[in-house]
Amino acid sequence: MAEAHVVSNLVVALLLAAGVAVGFFVRRNRLWSEAAVDLRRRRPWALLVVALYVAVAVLDSVSWVGGAEAGEDVVAAYKARSVLDRAFSDFVEASYSAPLAEAEFYGGAPLVYPGRHLLGTDILGRDVLYMTLKGARVALLIGGLTSLIAIPLALLLGVSAGYYGGRIDDVVFFVMSTLASIPGLLLLIALIMAMGRSTLSVCIALGVTSWVGLCRVSRGETLKLRELDYVQAARALGVSEFRIVLRHILPNLMHLVIITFVLMFSGLVLSEAILSWLGIGVDGSWGQMIDQARDELSREPVIWWNIAAAGSALFGLLLAVNFVGDALRDIMDPRTLREDL
Amino acid sequence: MLAYVLRRMGYGVVVVLGVLLFLFVLFFTVASPDDVARRALGEKALPEVIEQWKANHGYDRPLWPWQDFDDNMLFEHYRRMLTFDFGRSDADDVLIIERLRQGAGPSLALTIPLFVVGITLGIVLSLFVAFFRETYIDRTGVFLCVLGMSLSILLYIVGAQYLIAKLLRWFPISGFDSDPAVIGRFLALPLVVGIASGVGGDVRFYRTVFIEETGRDYVRTARAKGAGEIRVMVHHVLRNALIPILTRVVLAIPFLFMGSLLLESFFGIPGLGAITVDAINGNDFSTLRTMVFIGALLFVMGQIATDVSYALVDPRVRLE
Amino acid sequence: MSVALEVEDLVVSFPGVGERTPVVDGLGLRVEVGETLALVGESGCGKSISALACLRLVPRPGRIDRGRIAVGGREILDLSVPEMRGLRGSEISMIFQEPMTSLNPVVNVGGQVIEAIRLHERVSRSAARARTLDLFEQVGIPDAEERLDAYPHQLSGGLKQRVMIAMALATVPKVLIADEPTTALDVTIQAQILQLLRDLQRDSDTAILLITHDLGIVNELSDRVAVMYAGRKVEEGGRVDVLAHSRHPYTEGLLRSMPALARPGERLAEIPGVVPPPDEWPRGCRFSGRCPRALPHCPDQPPASTPLPDEHRVWCHAVAEDVAS
Repeated sequence: MAEAHVVSNLVVALLLAAGVAVGFFVRRNRLWSEAAVDLRRRRPWALLVVALYVAVAVLDSVSWVGGAEAGEDVVAAYKARSVLDRAFSDFVEASYSAPLAEAEFYGGAPLVYPGRHLLGTDILGRDVLYMTLKGARVALLIGGLTSLIAIPLALLLGVSAGYYGGRIDDVVFFVMSTLASIPGLLLLIALIMAMGRSTLSVCIALGVTSWVGLCRVSRGETLKLRELDYVQAARALGVSEFRIVLRHILPNLMHLVIITFVLMFSGLVLSEAILSWLGIGVDGSWGQMIDQARDELSREPVIWWNIAAAGSALFGLLLAVNFVGDALRDIMDPRTLREDL
Repeated sequence: MLAYVLRRMGYGVVVVLGVLLFLFVLFFTVASPDDVARRALGEKALPEVIEQWKANHGYDRPLWPWQDFDDNMLFEHYRRMLTFDFGRSDADDVLIIERLRQGAGPSLALTIPLFVVGITLGIVLSLFVAFFRETYIDRTGVFLCVLGMSLSILLYIVGAQYLIAKLLRWFPISGFDSDPAVIGRFLALPLVVGIASGVGGDVRFYRTVFIEETGRDYVRTARAKGAGEIRVMVHHVLRNALIPILTRVVLAIPFLFMGSLLLESFFGIPGLGAITVDAINGNDFSTLRTMVFIGALLFVMGQIATDVSYALVDPRVRLE
Repeated sequence: MSVALEVEDLVVSFPGVGERTPVVDGLGLRVEVGETLALVGESGCGKSISALACLRLVPRPGRIDRGRIAVGGREILDLSVPEMRGLRGSEISMIFQEPMTSLNPVVNVGGQVIEAIRLHERVSRSAARARTLDLFEQVGIPDAEERLDAYPHQLSGGLKQRVMIAMALATVPKVLIADEPTTALDVTIQAQILQLLRDLQRDSDTAILLITHDLGIVNELSDRVAVMYAGRKVEEGGRVDVLAHSRHPYTEGLLRSMPALARPGERLAEIPGVVPPPDEWPRGCRFSGRCPRALPHCPDQPPASTPLPDEHRVWCHAVAEDVAS
């Protein structure tokens, strides 16, 4: 049985390899590389911000055991710790402290690391900057991994339903309608409550609630594409159905997939924040930080740095992703091309 | 037209039955009755206590029809849900339907103003922005929308509570009093938060619809006939834009009943949403099941209402 | 006043990469009262934009940079927006290529024609409706009374186009611009629509600017022909002169490539190459890259017009040399 951190490292390596593969594909394909250049031109800052978040998340995803320095917590020697964990190792206080403060918030006792906590510390004395950075990995996990599972599933079902029609279509359509008839948040809650509150069930629940949209759209598009002349021609020529789907249908859905991925991403992260608020989210997420900081604002004097850090991090990522998504949608929408002369 | 409506309603019934099946699978198989009992009683509860609890709450019968056709929980589940016999809460044994009755009022008091003001504001703002498309007004508007959409509703809630309630002390932070004289004070804050957090996404959507319609050929024809911009927007574009806008609007009506889970739970409004949140916290599966069912039922009704409204607004659907 | 529509040195530009590109570059047109001028060219040559410019409906971000346009002797580029609106649909009308999408789907067709009337004349609804009924009968819509209340999706393409024509002619305009009016229709319906336009023109002396890429239609309906390529006019003259005695290499290429003129089994002639995009236009003659008669100085100098007998003119260096010798 593999250790959790080994699996996590493997997943990161796989994702990076996939990313590089996508990069090569984009370069070779003229349409996509033009779109990529256009995107870089329109939203350089947003792309940079997203890249930054990804970098931080990767830093927290690569972990290994051992290498504890003298004087550190004994447990640390046996727990798998990431690059981020090691950077902030043992950087704790007793309880609250304001950003860059020299003394504890309540009581004024001197800190172990005075003036070094850029964003202060939380109720357990953990460095807020550290917690915020760790949240990036959770956010990307939720948004990215869930999408990577939901999207192929949606495509598989949607294209099959649209292309083959008949019974398959009836079944898929029925399942889609049923799931789509349950308001999203309620469905999420129901799934998580039933499956138990764990990171895995949150991801599965988020996946179940998000595949319907893309499925419906890809089914509709496939129905249209199937009637196109060149597809009919291919079938008349005896090309196997599988090849038709692979070479004619799927490539035409790619722009939808990309945009769905980007939009789904922010939706998922926002949903998880709400789930954390309700107490059924993922450990270590920004949503959880915000939830834990709920009544800190009503204290006198106000403790604001927890919620400010988590809120800003959340806002920053979503803003960047939304900008990129908007620009992508504009680039790929054939209607925004100039009118025929 | 009648045939169309009946067909839609028929499919709606099929979907509701499907939803009930899904709920049954979720709440009786994925989360087995033993799990539910243990969550209510605690992990260390003795087997006899668990069995007793299951018997009390009706979880002790065989699940599927093939196990016992006359006495199985699937048929029981269908029978009770469809007759609105929701039973008692797993957490505190209160009749669920009583809870629903009490919660409906406060939820509606919040969501109806939210709906009406939200839509009006959304359409007016987006018409304004679309009229000035591709000018600075439009670009600023879109930017603000994206900004607004990126802010989680949680931050709006926290921000509003802090700024307005604490700093400015204009409204109470939370609570509810159905006395018409003071109800406004308690609803003001959640209303503002609800509208502010939703307006960004709404305006973005409506704007896209308006701009798409404005780019269509028949608008060019109208202009070629000599129609002015205002007539074009109101008489031509708006009527066609209503079709996609209606989807979004009518679909939201069922949620008027459900209330907003977050707004209610955070602002202390004892509506249906708050009941759901309590059910989560209390591991109250029977209430949760009921709330999800009601939500789905209302949603299906909303979808049927949307389809019917299409037929009213779009002659292509009406006369097919 | 015998000139219904006059265009002089029209330049319409669109933003490109860098500076703006003139997609209509110094176009001049003249349509007399009761006459039909066909404006011919491939897709993208700027003919539709020229037509829209005559109504000052060039879509954003396009812009009329320069030129003169006069409708019924009246300069329109200086008019205020409300004044221009008064002209649109009453003095100068346009019918479009796609009858399917050019009519408002949620308003009945009678109502759309009534709107065209009531935007410009103070008449009661019932009077406008009566006139619409007349128009429907004039344009040959069967069961006109019932069809008044029909919605666009209930009519065939041919009927929709007749409605468009009725709408455009409701106010007896001086100029009717028809942008590919039959491209989206069946061949048999095409013939009917063209006949209809001919009849209506005869009855009301409306000048017609016919935009098309189909030389067959040009032969059916026009009195004079102007050929456009990449934003500029390359040949202009009477119908017979241009179609039967064309002199410009581009026009000749177009005519040769028509399937109707080829013999069975023969490979269709084609003009080699493709229309260059605006950022690749040479300073001189824009056809020079594909022209079989291109001379060394063609890409550098824009050709001036070479007059030929009977108001037939050509813009071509090679032809100019032919004539000079």
